[in-house]
Amino acid sequence: MNMTTPIKPARLRGDRVTMAHGGGGKAMRDLIEEIFTDVFLPPGSEDQARLTSDALREPGAQLAFTTDSFVVSPPEFPGGDIGKIAVCGTVNDLAVGGAKPLWLSAAFIIEEGCEFALLRRIVASMQAEADKAGVRIVTGDTKVVERGAADKVFVTTSGVGVIPAGRDMRADNIRPGDVALVNGVLGDHGATILAARGDMALSTDIQSDCQSLNALIEAVLQAAPNTRAARDATRGGVASALNEMADAAGVQIEIDETTLPLRPEVKGVCEVLGLDPLYLANEGTLVLFVPEDEADAALAAMKSVEAGSNATAIGTAKAGHPGRVTMKTLFGGQRLVDTLVGEQLPRIC
Amino acid sequence: MCLGIPGQIVEITDADRLMAMADISGVRREVSVACVATPNLGDLVGEWALIHVGFAMSVIDPDEAAKTLEALRGLGEAQETLEAMAEGTAALEGTQ
Amino acid sequence: MRYVEEFRDPIAAKAVLSTIETLIEEIGATAQNPVHIMEICGGHTHAIFRYGLDRLTPKGIEFIHGPGCPVCVLPMSRIDECVEIAERPEVIFCTFGDAMRVPGTQKSLLQAKADGADIRMVYSPLDALEIARRNPEREVVFFGLGFETTTPSTALSIQQAARESLSNFSVFCNHITVPPPIKALLDDPHMVLDGFVGPGHVSMVIGTHPYDFIAETYGKPIVVAGFEPLDLLQSVLMVLRQIRDGRAEVENQYARVVPEHGNPVSLAAIADVYEPRPTFEWRGLGEIDASGLRIRGKYAAFDAEEKFAVGYGAGPRIVAEPEGCACGQVMTGRIKPTGCPEYGTGCTPEMPLGALMVSSEGACAAYYQYGATDDTLEAAE
Repeated sequence: MNMTTPIKPARLRGDRVTMAHGGGGKAMRDLIEEIFTDVFLPPGSEDQARLTSDALREPGAQLAFTTDSFVVSPPEFPGGDIGKIAVCGTVNDLAVGGAKPLWLSAAFIIEEGCEFALLRRIVASMQAEADKAGVRIVTGDTKVVERGAADKVFVTTSGVGVIPAGRDMRADNIRPGDVALVNGVLGDHGATILAARGDMALSTDIQSDCQSLNALIEAVLQAAPNTRAARDATRGGVASALNEMADAAGVQIEIDETTLPLRPEVKGVCEVLGLDPLYLANEGTLVLFVPEDEADAALAAMKSVEAGSNATAIGTAKAGHPGRVTMKTLFGGQRLVDTLVGEQLPRIC
Repeated sequence: MCLGIPGQIVEITDADRLMAMADISGVRREVSVACVATPNLGDLVGEWALIHVGFAMSVIDPDEAAKTLEALRGLGEAQETLEAMAEGTAALEGTQ
Repeated sequence: MRYVEEFRDPIAAKAVLSTIETLIEEIGATAQNPVHIMEICGGHTHAIFRYGLDRLTPKGIEFIHGPGCPVCVLPMSRIDECVEIAERPEVIFCTFGDAMRVPGTQKSLLQAKADGADIRMVYSPLDALEIARRNPEREVVFFGLGFETTTPSTALSIQQAARESLSNFSVFCNHITVPPPIKALLDDPHMVLDGFVGPGHVSMVIGTHPYDFIAETYGKPIVVAGFEPLDLLQSVLMVLRQIRDGRAEVENQYARVVPEHGNPVSLAAIADVYEPRPTFEWRGLGEIDASGLRIRGKYAAFDAEEKFAVGYGAGPRIVAEPEGCACGQVMTGRIKPTGCPEYGTGCTPEMPLGALMVSSEGACAAYYQYGATDDTLEAAE
């Protein structure tokens, strides 16, 4: 498949999307074909994708279905763009539930004046990430809104996958004694976006961690078949994912501050702005619980794939106090890691 | 109150306006060095300063930092000595 | 040396802690009859709970969490005035993130932003200056907030704006000073205090001598402290040594950052731009003489109070504290945050009623966020 050269001669005029491209006429068709479908190559030209998969016919297999909207400012940042996140995010939402992701839809709300070039880059990175994750973008939609009604482009992806028979990865499976693992360093995405936004005038070399995790999860499930549950630690960071899991499973989760994998630059951004890295967003980092006797195998499996090279154990589930996440501090003290109130705001005091 | 963190001055970016680049764990931010300016601004490059809301507020004194750490280390050693003495006493008591 | 990790060494902490324990025994302090140490600065309060130092230090020490959180002690009426200025169509209102969630009587800045005001979070007043340069047709107002640590940054920004004749930049000044509330607390007959951990970053600006009265007049020890956990523990140890030896002195644990006489450039900038107000209201503590600063007449062009006629004391200003709020009692150490009937029910970080729940540096918010008095945690250990 050729992703960069349109098959037909270029018909889009100018450099930017106008309201005409949302009008339902020829201009809209040109936009959809030249920017989107010539790259995504959806099966058929109907508004619906008609799909079959052998995996779905297996007795006991379950269909998994998820949706997520993506708004990122700026839409392009070190390590990725809104398109890459829109694919990774939905792939990961399927994968952490034990599903093998198969198909995605992609809907775009485009602000009048958005550059075609930006859309092309976003679409190319979506297709590249879809290829990498082994999924297809099979249907989609575009809408154009007036300048100011959106921020360049918003993307919504929905995803369909199949959970093989016998697989059960709900958070309430977590038992006391289980070990909590993360696949990599924490907070890279959140710190990257804070720096890339520019209003704090910080510059760093850090990149967003955005990546698809389905291959990693499959590798873990091979090595540690009794893996209990996984969560994608996106908005609200690892702290929020852990709190959700502690709550769902009715266990206490205790993490150890000394084990938390953090880049110095992420620590730096947090120190400057008074933020806690446990609450910074990630886009390719998960928390996974495995029985203690499978922890080493799961860790080794994670480390065998690129997305898990910094994998590490960060804590354990305990009977203790259901729904609580606690942390042993660097100093051997103990404190609560509560759910975030609203949004983390930079502070000076 | 008053979140402040150590950063290293790595470059003078605008001598007239007393601005410099500070590096905080690999994060760079332009800061004012008005409060710590020296006759020759270039002398600040390489120094560590306490950064607060975009201002270098105080140049960190490495000798004083070393003294503080030394005092802490002293406590550690005194502690070891005490523990050793306690063990020694316990051992002695054990043999009696 | 990076001046951070070295001061977070858990092994060194063990030695300090065990020395602290010995001192507590020598002093004869117990859980029932503890030594009361006030950490003045909200940054220290935050660090104590973030590193779990409250659980590591012996029960014979009781920390009293002082008034050093500028966001917490800001009266609600001042937030109302912020909102009034920010909602003017010509205004770009710039603030540190801390102030966004502080409730006014009607709304917070976060709510005003949602209602359409152009409110921007910045890291530095320098960023607000830059916004003013880029938006000559708009009025850029910076919310000047904080103690002596932060005051030089807005003073220098006003001086810079004056040099550039940047007529669309002004500061809404709410700067306050540390010594007056300490004196007020020491004058309070209900206050039980044996010593202070002094604010390190305020002191790098003002030096250590402004605290002389604490030792000389009131006979209490004070140790100016850094913000890393070892700094704090060492400072507590130094306070305890003074108590044991019957001394009352101003000591400086944070000498790597705090010069004895402070920072002359900062002090000169403050003196040039600001003068004390006769009195200023502190949330939870009431009016305190000469505890707030205002912009001097010669910089009136950069004074948002002048520009927008919202002067302190210009109208009916005093707003009663919400009913049931016991922040004043917590701040004077009379009760613990958990002793307030509204704690955790009528007053939470989501819906703060009182000052101390507002910022993560407030004692109540720190208790809540880090589960400071959560006995279930204790049992889990």
